[in-house]
Amino acid sequence: MIKQLAVIFFTMILVDNYVLSKFLGICPFLGVSKKLDSAVGMSLAVVFVMVMATAATWPIQTFLLDPNGMGYLQTIVFILIIAILVQLLENFLKKFIPALYRSLGVYLPLITTNCTILGVTILNIDNEYNFIESIVCAAGAGLGFLVAMVLFSGVRRRVEQARPPECFKGLPITLVAAAMTSLSFMGFGGIVDAIFG
Amino acid sequence: MSQPSKIKVLTNGILNENPVLRLVLGTCPTLAVTTMASNGIGMGLAATFVLLCSNVVISALRNIIPNQVRIPCFITVIAGFVSVVQMVVKAFVPSLDSALGVYLPLIVVNCIILGRAEAFASKNGVVDSALDGIGMGIGFTCTLTIMGTIREILGSGTWMAGLDGLLPFLPDGFAIRVIPESIDPFTIMTSAPGGFFVFGIMMAAATWLTSRPKKGAAEPAEGGNAQ
Repeated sequence: MIKQLAVIFFTMILVDNYVLSKFLGICPFLGVSKKLDSAVGMSLAVVFVMVMATAATWPIQTFLLDPNGMGYLQTIVFILIIAILVQLLENFLKKFIPALYRSLGVYLPLITTNCTILGVTILNIDNEYNFIESIVCAAGAGLGFLVAMVLFSGVRRRVEQARPPECFKGLPITLVAAAMTSLSFMGFGGIVDAIFG
Repeated sequence: MSQPSKIKVLTNGILNENPVLRLVLGTCPTLAVTTMASNGIGMGLAATFVLLCSNVVISALRNIIPNQVRIPCFITVIAGFVSVVQMVVKAFVPSLDSALGVYLPLIVVNCIILGRAEAFASKNGVVDSALDGIGMGIGFTCTLTIMGTIREILGSGTWMAGLDGLLPFLPDGFAIRVIPESIDPFTIMTSAPGGFFVFGIMMAAATWLTSRPKKGAAEPAEGGNAQ
């Protein structure tokens, strides 16, 4: 059981990294990775919301939608839950943990339209994970997002000092750099099986 | 206030404000589904449908939706149409459904759709919004198809494989072989790094196309800042 959870966890971080191999959450990946501290802030908010959203959507899908044959409402219900959750979280943090709100607050509204969150909740259902596996998978996916953001913000600092051709300036060269980062993550393929298998 | 012409609204999305290459919206599905050109077409058409319908509905309701809760309202409208598309695709094009996988429900959080709802449909009339939706959709579909073409030809040597799922009159296993099978395909193109790479190159190409001085047009007044 523990081994299986560890496999899911590390697979989500290294092998199936949501940003670099599944292309989820590319918008914040390109938009917020310019500075290290904002990259970390955004990623921590994502980890938090991802776990909360999974904890909320999994029981709703399993105990409410599936028994009543309303699986087709999944998309609408999930996105509304995520939107409400983000709003609640924002109000909660503002009132009770103002320090955390100041560091994460600006990123929270962006998270509703971050496809990693909706992606992980739907994929957990599609993969037929149980509740604990889903939570572990969400935590792993969030940490994978953090790893990718932090690594890439370092890559970006180097790229910005380079002088590419005029039409490559800005995003195009950043994307080419992302291709290299993603190539390096391909090297992790099989590592989890080799360790735990 | 000068109204932009209807044609201008329609063609805006195709190159000048191409949602993917110029506005950098909706990058996730762009990178994820373009391993094959036919998937690009399928994804593009699905997103175009959602974009058109949600633009029309949101623009029709723009005076009724209270400003403070507009984003949740927009998302609900969009999620409704995405569910429609999901059910239609599942029923009639099952091969596309399995190829697009989780990216089909993720059209909900595609920033092109919410972005156009917020930036255009909530401020303009129904007809203009519909045209804007179609234009943006065409721009999205074209970009996805071109990108899918590049990645598919380089990565697996074929073109339009899987189109038989979209067009039922084509024979099963339809594919146009561009590069002979004796040459090993450049498989990295169909995996993640190739996606980022082709996207970067295409964005550079779009920047070059829109920023170079027009042939026959007067030289820019500032003089050569476009170089």
